[in-house]
Amino acid sequence: MDEKVNLKIDNLSVSVDTGTTILEAARKINIRIPTLCHHEDLCVAGNCRVCVVEESGMGRLQPACAIPVSEGMEIHTNSMKVRNARKQIIELLISEHRAECTTCYKNGKCELQALSNEYIVGESGFLPLVPLKGYTIDEFSPSIIKDDSKCIRCQRCVRTCDQLQSVGALTVAHKGGEMKISTFFDKPIYEVVCTNCGQCVNRCPTGALTEKTYINEVWNAIDNPEKFVVVQTAPAVRIALGEALDMEPGEIVTGKMVAALRRMGFNAVLDTDWSADLTIIEEGNELLQRLKRVLKDKEPGVKIPMTTSCSPGWIKFIEHTFPDFLEHLSTAKSPQQMFGALAKTFYAGKIGVEPSNMVSVSVMPCTAKKFEANRPEMRASGYQDVDFVVTTRELAMMIKQAGIDFRSLPDDDYDTIMGESTGASVIFGATGGVMEAALRTVYEVVTGREIPFDGLNIMPVRGMENVREASLKIENPLPEWDFLDGVEVKTCVAHGLSNAKKVMEQVKNGEADYHFIEIMACPGGCLGGGGQPLPTSPEIRKKRAEAIYREDAGKKIRKSHENPEIIQVYEEFLVEPLGHKSHELLHTTYTPRNRY
Amino acid sequence: MKKGLKRLDLIFKNEHDCDVILKKSLNRSNEELVEDLISSGLKGRGGAGFPTGLKWKLTAEAPGDEKYVICNADEGEPGTFKDREILSSVPHKVLTGMAICGRIVGAQRGFIYLRGEYKFLIPELQKAINDFHELTDKMKLPFRVEIFTGAGAYICGEESALFESMEGHRGEPRNKPPYPTDAGYRNRPTVINNVETLAHTYSILKYGPEKFRDLGVKDSRGSKVFSVSGDTPIPGIYELEFGMTLQKFVDDFGDGDAKAVQVGGAAGFCVPRKKFDKTVIGYQGKLTGISLPTGGSMMIFNSSRSMYNVLHNYLDFFVEESCGQCTPCRVGTQQLLLGIEAVKRGDKSSQYLEKLLELAETMRVTAKCGLGQSVANSFSSIVENFREEMIY
Repeated sequence: MDEKVNLKIDNLSVSVDTGTTILEAARKINIRIPTLCHHEDLCVAGNCRVCVVEESGMGRLQPACAIPVSEGMEIHTNSMKVRNARKQIIELLISEHRAECTTCYKNGKCELQALSNEYIVGESGFLPLVPLKGYTIDEFSPSIIKDDSKCIRCQRCVRTCDQLQSVGALTVAHKGGEMKISTFFDKPIYEVVCTNCGQCVNRCPTGALTEKTYINEVWNAIDNPEKFVVVQTAPAVRIALGEALDMEPGEIVTGKMVAALRRMGFNAVLDTDWSADLTIIEEGNELLQRLKRVLKDKEPGVKIPMTTSCSPGWIKFIEHTFPDFLEHLSTAKSPQQMFGALAKTFYAGKIGVEPSNMVSVSVMPCTAKKFEANRPEMRASGYQDVDFVVTTRELAMMIKQAGIDFRSLPDDDYDTIMGESTGASVIFGATGGVMEAALRTVYEVVTGREIPFDGLNIMPVRGMENVREASLKIENPLPEWDFLDGVEVKTCVAHGLSNAKKVMEQVKNGEADYHFIEIMACPGGCLGGGGQPLPTSPEIRKKRAEAIYREDAGKKIRKSHENPEIIQVYEEFLVEPLGHKSHELLHTTYTPRNRY
Repeated sequence: MKKGLKRLDLIFKNEHDCDVILKKSLNRSNEELVEDLISSGLKGRGGAGFPTGLKWKLTAEAPGDEKYVICNADEGEPGTFKDREILSSVPHKVLTGMAICGRIVGAQRGFIYLRGEYKFLIPELQKAINDFHELTDKMKLPFRVEIFTGAGAYICGEESALFESMEGHRGEPRNKPPYPTDAGYRNRPTVINNVETLAHTYSILKYGPEKFRDLGVKDSRGSKVFSVSGDTPIPGIYELEFGMTLQKFVDDFGDGDAKAVQVGGAAGFCVPRKKFDKTVIGYQGKLTGISLPTGGSMMIFNSSRSMYNVLHNYLDFFVEESCGQCTPCRVGTQQLLLGIEAVKRGDKSSQYLEKLLELAETMRVTAKCGLGQSVANSFSSIVENFREEMIY
């Protein structure tokens, strides 16, 4: 396959591998061909036709994204014929798009708007189609808003939902002028198998799919003098927020983010990383209990492998797709919800605030977290544990609204009590991170020794491979865990729901001999979440992951069980892992749901 | 009624000698058979006109353990109704062509993709298939034909959309390359031919390529089955020699007042009276004048017809039958329809027709499949030749 193909693009010679598309070949020599339906994470569609180019000797133009190069090809990306056709195609797209750019959530981030900026001089010449269509906006979901009047039918969302996520909530319905992106029986997104993962939102080039925003609600709470507003920030926000504020992917902005939140007027700036450490304690102990009940007590009905439960997209996916396997889920709540339950109980008590006067806000890389916060189970404190969830993107908008010059902010530190964190919780943001954090703690609980990996870095669970397996042999455990002596603990890590589905099929067919599985709904884990800055690509996600592991390596404490504020919460409030209080506040139940 | 044009009776002639034809053909080598087909000059009768022999040759040469032969009976082009007649009166000719094709390319399974509206043909067609299977079994020819019915979408007559439909997906055209000869149904090498094309292969196998080649003109050999409709006293199905001028056709079939003929259905071209004698019916060739390819639909319009209404009807059809996948076709068809309405109403000036003609040309060069590419055929030929009818 190392055969090279030689061709000319705009009279420049280029030599590329067989099978390369015209688009990829052009990019190699820095010729930009505009695209809309094309996305690096998705298969080729070739349906927007914005990328058409002229091939010498051919009457028809060719879609650069879909046509592989051939020897001796002569391509023109900027001929009169190409420019005219491209301009007309963009005009056509604008004619079926409700181009109310100034009031659109995606204003400034819309790919159609950017192309229009380049190609359309004056008004678009075609008749507006939108008024003829009788569109309604689907805004019932707490996470995602679908506005068909802004849809340009590129089907990126459909390919994302179907191929990347194996969910199939979004699909193409009807044909011709009636063709649209729809759901099962055209029901609202809220009523179908949608997991709220927001990967479609990340890939929608226009404002047709957006997150439901709670920016106004949060400002109102901040401005209300009677409310004490606490904010928590998820691990993956700090390594991506900068991108939405004109910084490069992979920059760590933890300190600036804390400073900005404080300036915005939050009463307490706390950290989801703290409750991520707490999750490790609860979930790690749950894993050990399950292993004990299965391996030592031989209790029937106790399910292993145990799977993680911190990704709300994954939870809704398993509830719809594998409703008979919910007992495999750890009962531990996600860090967001553990934080929420303790904010209005433990924390409110410590600082002397009435929980009814507390507003709990979380900043998440995730759209599914909005749904999670609204689940009926998530009211353990007697109130809705987390009141409002905003995404990384929304936080960036709020920072801009507040007139804060983010890049020049000095670093600041989180508040105490629920603000201290460890390297173990930082890596929650990357695929494999929960597994690594759990193993650092569990191994030490069982053996009394540090996990035998150089610098505590468990490399086999890191990376971006779809499904990764790792095993760890337990030797010379403490007397309490003697049944684990010689046991090879087998783990598996999967990210993206199509990979999750593959792993769960194995579990279903009895082919999986794992003890512990980490699953994250989004590609790359939370760092690639549906609420993260746009755009997303494998390259950008890789840079975010590197930042996460840099942040971990720089932390003084790298193990969850050594977090002093975690030790404190058990001493003062929770008493013990899996104890009565934990059960009440930190663990949850799941709901079997239908596919249709 | 004048009888100027030579009527032929190759396709519908009731010949019941498939056993002889099969035996005779199976005794010859694949190379010989393909060579005959190529030298006959037979081109695809669905309208696109790809050389049939070459298609079979390419599929035979394509690597693959499993290959298929598909008969495209999704006859959806407005004004075309010949395939249904061929399948109901001489199905054995089509089946013989498929079986020989199967032997040549190395396919053991054949499918007839039957238009949803033609479900009533199934009982008789299935009986013909069963009889044919008895025959092939006797000859130890391992080839089986199944019927697959579409749901009535025009786009599923496009070969790659047809494969998608057969695979249980939405009928949406694929990107090409790869072509069906390399990756068709289930991504395996596939021959897909129109019903009439396969029926012609029967005649070629029986009478030899010379007889076929003697008919027609350069680049357009043989005879063609035409579906004649519209303002004609004798609507129906006629087999005629390729290469006639439209004038001769109208002299034979028109009602004496023909002002235009739509050649090739909604996806074809509209020819006005003044161009009848310069227009030759055949594939694009080096003949003098204009040469029009066709799937065989001939709609005659007399002077009582509004060409605006004709075009409006075609555009309505395209707006509904576009799969909606690619921008030029999905939005372009809607804009053309709304555009001529706006001009007719006076909401847009007649200059807007120029913008629409440009759009049609953009659709021709950028649409993903033949549907969107050929909307410009009827649009431009009607707007350019009957511009005043679009405005007033």
